[in-house]
Amino acid sequence: MTGHIGNRPGDETVAEFVETTKRFGPVLAADRLSFRIRRGEFLSFLGPSGCGKTTALRMLAGFEAPTEGQILIDGQEMGATPAYRRPVNMVFQQYALFPHMTVAQNIGYGLRQRRPRMAKAEIAAKVENALAMVRLTEFGNRRIWEMSGGQQQRVALARAIVNEPKILLLDEPMAALDAKLRAEMQRELLDLQRSLGITFVLVTHDQEEALSMSDRICIMGKGRIAQIGTPLELYDQPANRYVADFVGRANILSGQIVSREGGMARIALPGGRDVVVRAPAGDTRKDVEIAVRPEALGLASASDQIPDGHTVLPAEVTRRTFLGDHIEYLLRSADLGPLQVLVPRQAERAMRGHDVGARLHVIWAPGAGLMLGAED
Amino acid sequence: MALTQKQTRWLLLTPAGLWYAALLLLPLAVVLIFSFGERNAVGGYAPGFTFEQYANLPARFAAFRNTMTLAPLGTLAALLIAYPLAYFLAVKVSSRWKTTLLVLVIVPFWTSILIRSYAWIFLLGGRGIPALFDWVGIEGVRLINTPFAVLIGIVYGYLPLMVFPIYVALEKLDKQLLEAAADLGTPPWRSFLQITLPLSMPGVLTGTMLVFILLMGEFLIPAILGGGKVFFVGNALVDLFLQSRNWAFGSAVAVALVVIMLIVVTLYGRLARRFSVGRDDVGLM
Repeated sequence: MTGHIGNRPGDETVAEFVETTKRFGPVLAADRLSFRIRRGEFLSFLGPSGCGKTTALRMLAGFEAPTEGQILIDGQEMGATPAYRRPVNMVFQQYALFPHMTVAQNIGYGLRQRRPRMAKAEIAAKVENALAMVRLTEFGNRRIWEMSGGQQQRVALARAIVNEPKILLLDEPMAALDAKLRAEMQRELLDLQRSLGITFVLVTHDQEEALSMSDRICIMGKGRIAQIGTPLELYDQPANRYVADFVGRANILSGQIVSREGGMARIALPGGRDVVVRAPAGDTRKDVEIAVRPEALGLASASDQIPDGHTVLPAEVTRRTFLGDHIEYLLRSADLGPLQVLVPRQAERAMRGHDVGARLHVIWAPGAGLMLGAED
Repeated sequence: MALTQKQTRWLLLTPAGLWYAALLLLPLAVVLIFSFGERNAVGGYAPGFTFEQYANLPARFAAFRNTMTLAPLGTLAALLIAYPLAYFLAVKVSSRWKTTLLVLVIVPFWTSILIRSYAWIFLLGGRGIPALFDWVGIEGVRLINTPFAVLIGIVYGYLPLMVFPIYVALEKLDKQLLEAAADLGTPPWRSFLQITLPLSMPGVLTGTMLVFILLMGEFLIPAILGGGKVFFVGNALVDLFLQSRNWAFGSAVAVALVVIMLIVVTLYGRLARRFSVGRDDVGLM
């Protein structure tokens, strides 16, 4: 299929992990990872520290050799290929810029390593171009320690992309920047990726960063892939509790299946109330967990009319936090425990009596929640 | 009473200032004055103002020549042996063994250099290594009391002083820089030349400077392993001040040594600045 517009990723595979496992002594850092990276896409590895995301990236770069399994880049098995012969480049977390070289010398370093040698004039032209790309044209002769953190990051980026790698690897490159600079850098990075069409693989523990930048996200936990999909898929259809918990916020409740119909299931919650949730087919368990996003729930005063088919869960307000456009409620239900509800500010204006201690109704529309798959 | 910033500064500098004034500047001044004087008839110093002592310097040419060849040679030899060792300790050894091996490097310092140098007399003497050569059929090898013996003693005695600064520089080197170099297409041997070596230069410069300056003043090792045949300026000074009691000439020799040392160190520092990367925490000179 050739339906992609501009530089949007297609289905073509640029790299592939095949049952790739990495052990460090007794520690299983990566456990049978199998996935494809599509040419031109922005793929993020997302997970808490120690989940294996950095190990996966380092295996792709060639800094770690898989204990078992394979890694292919452009169809070629990379097993015995050392890092210096792989067509990928990395932006390091601490940038790892060479302190004994100028900004321009750093950027041209990769080009100078080419054998047969690249012409000096060609290197100079490419470096100049790369400097312009990261808006550092005037800074070529500066020393690295004369550059700010944000500028160093851009040098590191230029040093990698000037080599036109098949995949650009980014190891938490924004972790050391302050919030404002980080947002700016994320935008720039995204623009750059779109205009160059290079495949980007980003490792991050910042879910907002992953959600806002990636074409696809690979959620990892305990060395394994928990789920891989578009940000929307992960948010709306988390495969299991781990993903639901890690991406965005979720109320997670246990219940029992009463009946199933189409893509829906009726679940009995503790306390005797039923809710209707989306349910993947083929799951035959009876006791299940369901997730519902705080913004998918509604709040109503005890006297308000409730639409047919909606479930009402009585609960007491334990905290109300003003978040600007939304109000976050933490409530406690006698049967279900704590619940979070996110109410748009406009909707809250229509409510009465919502202070701490007030007894309200949490409203659950049919299909608002999702039945979670078993964690493997 | 609160001190002004200026008063605090002077107060902090006073102990070291007095120390230097009393034990460095004053003796230097005395030596300088003596060097223009004459030898007293019964030995020691007689006041005067003459350049005679300086004119007489060529009489100690051999001592200067030996010092000026064996000190740089010894420094170079120590560097060539110390660098691989420091590299091994800083980069290749697992952290479990590192401390043990580092301690082993300084273990020789636990006994006096005098005793250790005497040990070399036996090793290099007729019944030591030359006997081994004899045994395999190479006859007539003489080691003790040669420049080579002095060189061995120098390298042996000063190796730890060379190893540690280089070790520290290599240890401090961010290993991620080597990964970055590999990532950008550099095979390991080339990244050693392009990254490791230049970034460890501050350690090399500190080590060579340290060893070289100390070697210029060395007298013990040549005295023991050179057997009076290979003598340094240091030995000449010992002789002039303690044996022949020609203090005026001794002072002139001492001043000449200091001047030569200042010139060499300054030139070397200039060279060093060109090599070092200019960053404050990397460059030491």
